[in-house]
Amino acid sequence: MIKTTPFHDRVSALNETGLWSHWAGHLVVDRYQMSEKFEYFAVRNSAGVFDTSPLYKYRVYGRDAQRFLAGVLARDVRKCRPGRAQYTIWCDDGGFVLEDGVIFRSSEDEFLLTAAEPNLAYFSDLVGRHSVVIEDVSAQYAAIAVQGPRSRTILSGLAPDIADLSYFHFANTKLGGVPVMVSRTGYTGDLGYEVWVPAGEALTVWDAVMEAGDGHGMIPFGQIALLMARIEAGLLLIKVDFESSRYAWNDHQRSTPLELGLGWMFRDLASDDRAFIGRNALQREIADGTSRWAMEGLLVDWAEYDRLHREAGLIAPKDHVPYQFEMMLYDDDGQRAGYATSFMYSPMLQRHIAIARVVPALSKPGTRVHLEMTINHRYVTVPAYVARTPLYKPDRKTA
Amino acid sequence: MSKNRSYDAVVIGGGHNGLVNGAYLAKAGLKTLILERRHLVGGAAITEELYPGFQFTTFSYALSLLRPEIIHELELTKHGFMPLLMPTTFAPGENGQYLLLGQDHDENLQEIARLSPRDVDAYEQYEHDISRVCQALKPLLDAVPPNIQSKDPEELAHMAGLAAYLRDLEPRVLHNAVRLLSGSAADFLDDYFENPLLKGYLASSSIIGTKVGPMSQGSGLVLLYHNIGEHDGAFGSWAFHKGGNGGFTQVLARAAQSFGAEIMLEAPVANVITKSGKATGVALADGTELEARIVVSAVDPRRTFLDLVDPRELPADLVENIRRFRFQGTSAKVNFALDGLPRFPALGDRGDQYRGFTNIGPSMEYLERAFDDAKYGWYSARPYIDCAVQSTIDPDMAPPGKHVMSCFVQYAPYHLRESDWDTERQGFADTVQATLESFFPGFGDLVLHREVVTPLDIERVVGLTEGNIFAGEFLAPQMFFFRPAPGWNQYRTPIEGYYQCGSGTHPGGCVMGAPGRLASRQILDDLRAEG
Repeated sequence: MIKTTPFHDRVSALNETGLWSHWAGHLVVDRYQMSEKFEYFAVRNSAGVFDTSPLYKYRVYGRDAQRFLAGVLARDVRKCRPGRAQYTIWCDDGGFVLEDGVIFRSSEDEFLLTAAEPNLAYFSDLVGRHSVVIEDVSAQYAAIAVQGPRSRTILSGLAPDIADLSYFHFANTKLGGVPVMVSRTGYTGDLGYEVWVPAGEALTVWDAVMEAGDGHGMIPFGQIALLMARIEAGLLLIKVDFESSRYAWNDHQRSTPLELGLGWMFRDLASDDRAFIGRNALQREIADGTSRWAMEGLLVDWAEYDRLHREAGLIAPKDHVPYQFEMMLYDDDGQRAGYATSFMYSPMLQRHIAIARVVPALSKPGTRVHLEMTINHRYVTVPAYVARTPLYKPDRKTA
Repeated sequence: MSKNRSYDAVVIGGGHNGLVNGAYLAKAGLKTLILERRHLVGGAAITEELYPGFQFTTFSYALSLLRPEIIHELELTKHGFMPLLMPTTFAPGENGQYLLLGQDHDENLQEIARLSPRDVDAYEQYEHDISRVCQALKPLLDAVPPNIQSKDPEELAHMAGLAAYLRDLEPRVLHNAVRLLSGSAADFLDDYFENPLLKGYLASSSIIGTKVGPMSQGSGLVLLYHNIGEHDGAFGSWAFHKGGNGGFTQVLARAAQSFGAEIMLEAPVANVITKSGKATGVALADGTELEARIVVSAVDPRRTFLDLVDPRELPADLVENIRRFRFQGTSAKVNFALDGLPRFPALGDRGDQYRGFTNIGPSMEYLERAFDDAKYGWYSARPYIDCAVQSTIDPDMAPPGKHVMSCFVQYAPYHLRESDWDTERQGFADTVQATLESFFPGFGDLVLHREVVTPLDIERVVGLTEGNIFAGEFLAPQMFFFRPAPGWNQYRTPIEGYYQCGSGTHPGGCVMGAPGRLASRQILDDLRAEG
């Protein structure tokens, strides 16, 4: 039986389209209004509200919580001080990525970890002799993301302390009289916050936030608008841009952190004395330079894209709805050079963009590759240029 | 101000075409100066806080025809280019009827079916047919038209190439193009549709900025023009730039400056300085003289040829053609600061219908009768109004809960019979407000502030002759080969080094930027040819 989120009464009343998806066993709105692009622009220009409750949430606490997580998570959680959060990944011992999530550190020995997929057995089996408790609190907390340039004004109107919250910091405060945790995090690449609410009081918080957003152009946004924003922001999506190594059939389906462009998490590996899962393999990969791929952004040559369609007697389609399937890439000599995993027309960048993996030799920004698509039922390629993600990065995101 | 500063190029007029032109010239490495008479750039594409907390797009109010090439070539996305989607189009009818179109194709068809089941697939056919004409004619917007008076082999080849291009179009597409370019919008629309409200809405695009009614021959051209604009790959689609069109021209100014162009504000130009048939610089009203090899006029043809230079230096036939060039502005604006959203009774307390244009033109007859008044020298008793409550799209336009409403009004002929606009200003605005009141009862109670912009104001403030928003009428004899005059449609003038790049040149007005871009290409080609 599919579940509904604690905000369901509100989101279902606002969903004018009747379009729903399933996400982590919950009903979620594809788009509330007749235009996902309008919802997307609310995120980029004013503010949008997204029900992110279906995320899996694990509470990890106990005397050895830090030691346990430092050995399980690939990024060094010891550097995450209370009141801060980290985007992190966890790997298998082959150095392949299992999953990504965000870890919030509430105190010396208490953490909250989000994940897109269920992980309770995986983490529990690793506890061993550590004095640590892992609790699945997914259903206990509802979460809404309030994202966009007006999000700070709107939320700090309800709780002034939010105004000073730095990027990837969080605070316990009250919204509409309800104790909540507010973090400066999100999945849109814009200024934004996520509000973590006790499930039973979700509607009170929703109403307070919506009321505060009144007159600010704030509207709820659905999955499609979220995916548009995340591609511009270069944020990876499991089962789209990578697969969990845990359920992979072969290494073609697996990715290492370096291959996903997450090498920055291991800049201090030399001085990092942790024995975390995947460390040896990761170290070998770094030393031997054996990464098969580099995860990069692509900017499609707009003029060529237009020309190819025009000469085929067509209006060049500029569809902002993400196409999340593989599209092949070739180098100038026609050799296989990688593949795009997410592709869309970006309204902010006014051209088609993609998240892609390219062979490391072609990962330098500005390198030309050739993206395959079909026009009039024939394969053609259009030039595209490698670019560092995020492709869209407003200063306000981290300011 | 230092005397006798020297530039490679000086652009007269900081409207959008002047900025585009200056940006391209600077990008090509020319030391470029853009001169603007007023305290801000943008020309008619400006945003002003005319009432505390309320941002008004005083004149031009939306974006569509902007050439995609300009966005990329001038790297506008780096400078804050942000074309916000206007997701709805609302056409209130009389007697509580309405048409509300949005972004969902299937829902739009259901909405049209409510008015007329027959018009549903007619609408799809119409959209397809007009898009095909737009696709066919679009390349003509992005290229310098041939000079039909020239016997230069290159120009003859250019003409032959154009003829070949048209010959190769599908016959139905070419025929539709000719019907639109020469005929009336009413005839064209009558071939497809039966519902008066739908026809009124579609026909409204055939009169904007032009002294024609939908039943006039020539209105088809205006209809086509308003559909050929493309936005994110869709023809006839409009956007609202963040911060209004003033926000857009600020982006252009930043782009121009990033390429090294200099912008001088409050620098009205007295005249272009010429020597032996060559432009050598510009004299400002304060007496400053600036030297330049290239002088580009971004102002309208009358000012370009009759004010900035001495007409006696020009060929008599050109002077005559420019004198005959029709301006006859017929558009005005009334901009409102509102205490809340207008209420349309049939939709109850809904407000989402205002997230785009609201079209007060409920039938072709309504529009034609509005035109009738203008024919005889008066403003319409029941005017056509194109409203945009822009604060529903961009909350930075008004304080929370309040709104700005831009109303483009037609017809308001520049020449009034036995009166003048300074006398009629408030009476005109009252007529507009009364018309709005008839569609939105209680509208008057929402009005916090009203800003009236008559054709005379457009002329005085922006400098557009007779307040014509396109810097010259969109009539076939004033387009393409003939814009602004036969033989002088390629951005050059008879004075060497003096060029034109305003909306009075091909392809014409609207915030399109094509004249500025094409003129820059012509200038740079000429410089290369000179060596």
